[in-house]
Amino acid sequence: MRKIKELIIEKLILLCGLAAIFFVVLIFLFLLKEGLAVFKMVSPSDFMFGKSWYPISEPPKLGILPLIMGSLVVTFGAAVISIPIGVGCAVYIAEIAPGKIKEVLKAGIELLAAIPSVVLGFIGMVTLVPLVKNVWHLPTGLTALSGSIMLAFMAMPTIVSIAEDALYSVPKNYKEGAFALGATHWQTIWRVLLPAASSGILAAVMLGIGRVIGETMAVMMITGNAAVIPQSILVPVRTLTATVAAEMGEAVVGSEHYFALFAIGIVLFIISFIINVTADLFLHRKQ
Amino acid sequence: MAKIVTQDLKLWYGNFQALKSVNASFEAQMITAIIGPSGCGKSTLLRVLNRMNDLTEGVRTEGQVLVDGNNILGDGADLVTLRKKVGMVFQRPNPFPLSIYENIAFGERIHTGRVKRDVMDEIVERGLKSVLLWDELKDKLKSSAMSLSLEQKQRLCIARLIAVKPDVLLMDEPCSTLDPQATARIEELMYELKRDYTIIIVTHSMQQAARISDDTGFMLLGELVEFGKTKDIFTAPKDKRTEDYITGRYG
Repeated sequence: MRKIKELIIEKLILLCGLAAIFFVVLIFLFLLKEGLAVFKMVSPSDFMFGKSWYPISEPPKLGILPLIMGSLVVTFGAAVISIPIGVGCAVYIAEIAPGKIKEVLKAGIELLAAIPSVVLGFIGMVTLVPLVKNVWHLPTGLTALSGSIMLAFMAMPTIVSIAEDALYSVPKNYKEGAFALGATHWQTIWRVLLPAASSGILAAVMLGIGRVIGETMAVMMITGNAAVIPQSILVPVRTLTATVAAEMGEAVVGSEHYFALFAIGIVLFIISFIINVTADLFLHRKQ
Repeated sequence: MAKIVTQDLKLWYGNFQALKSVNASFEAQMITAIIGPSGCGKSTLLRVLNRMNDLTEGVRTEGQVLVDGNNILGDGADLVTLRKKVGMVFQRPNPFPLSIYENIAFGERIHTGRVKRDVMDEIVERGLKSVLLWDELKDKLKSSAMSLSLEQKQRLCIARLIAVKPDVLLMDEPCSTLDPQATARIEELMYELKRDYTIIIVTHSMQQAARISDDTGFMLLGELVEFGKTKDIFTAPKDKRTEDYITGRYG
């Protein structure tokens, strides 16, 4: 009787495990089925490198280069802001902060991760957007820069917590060794601890960037959504994710527009996949 | 001439007193061994001498440790200068996860900033030669120090320390992870180094202490029971507890 119970539970758990893979495959297949249809109407290179996105003109122009550039600019900006701050914060928590401050900071970082992206979006909309507009005297504050700053907040918790783990897992005797040679605390951090934790920190950065690329709501609210190839970081841009979210509701099922949005989904899927695999490679190189 | 002198040195970890009024005097250009059973405070004593104990939380000291006549305990001490002068080799070899070259170059880089390439090359070569690793490793200076054998790693750590030009080498059971042949070779190296450095070694092996040291201190339960010439300690111990330990009654 007990054996049968064990067996049933074992199989149930197996089923749960398989379900995860099954759903991923199913989603991917569905994406492919709907997305690849667009390439009957527009060639893959025209789709990827076409410079205009006018999905409802006649005939529709389905070039996603402006969207890819939009995503890249916003992501790059967010990375430039969040990586130094995030890694610096991780170093402070792991190495310098005394006990109490450490606890407060860690709780704060967790709280930052818990803020829904739509909330970050509207806070950005009422505070950051007017600020950017006034500081640079722009016609609108809905720019790639605003998006980058807001997304940096979203990437930071990921970067901080994983980089901090990486720093903690550096063996204590490296630190002792450096101190025993007369190194200062900063020299020890810069020359020993950071290099020793580098693979974990790189993984942290990749996962943080992955989060930024996939983010939709906040960017849709504050980047202005203009599908043009951005010439600077101070103009409105439209990202891949925001395009899908904004247009899916109005696209006619079975139209070129509809299929093109699914194809954008494939592109996003591939980008995220590459980023996650890279992060994984860095994480496992350590062991 | 005494290089390091401890006067009435007491140390507590929280409420636990790990050192009880230690008075010892470590001579320059000699090897002093500290022996005793596990937990007797011998590593603690060693780690006070360059303030490595500061990394442990809740440590409190009383008394004085004079290095070249200057007290190094207390808030005023310059720890960077102290540790540059009094370096340490650890029980487990701990090369940095950098290249062999960068491990030796580390000390020079942190203490002098920018160094010309050829000067650094020479420092690295001299460092590796001083621990007899040059011939083995000269063709793979760029490979990771983590790929070396345990003995090579420990030699590298000694070379890395010597490159900083300390006066004193503190060695915390440097051979405990090595096999007997490697141990013999490291001991030989220590004998070589004795000419230029003051060496203080903590060891759990009485034989090792008897082989290599000039002076020996025997510790028990945080107390420095007996301190003197190695041959006196091993042939004519004054204290009953020392005699019991070296004849193997306990430990």
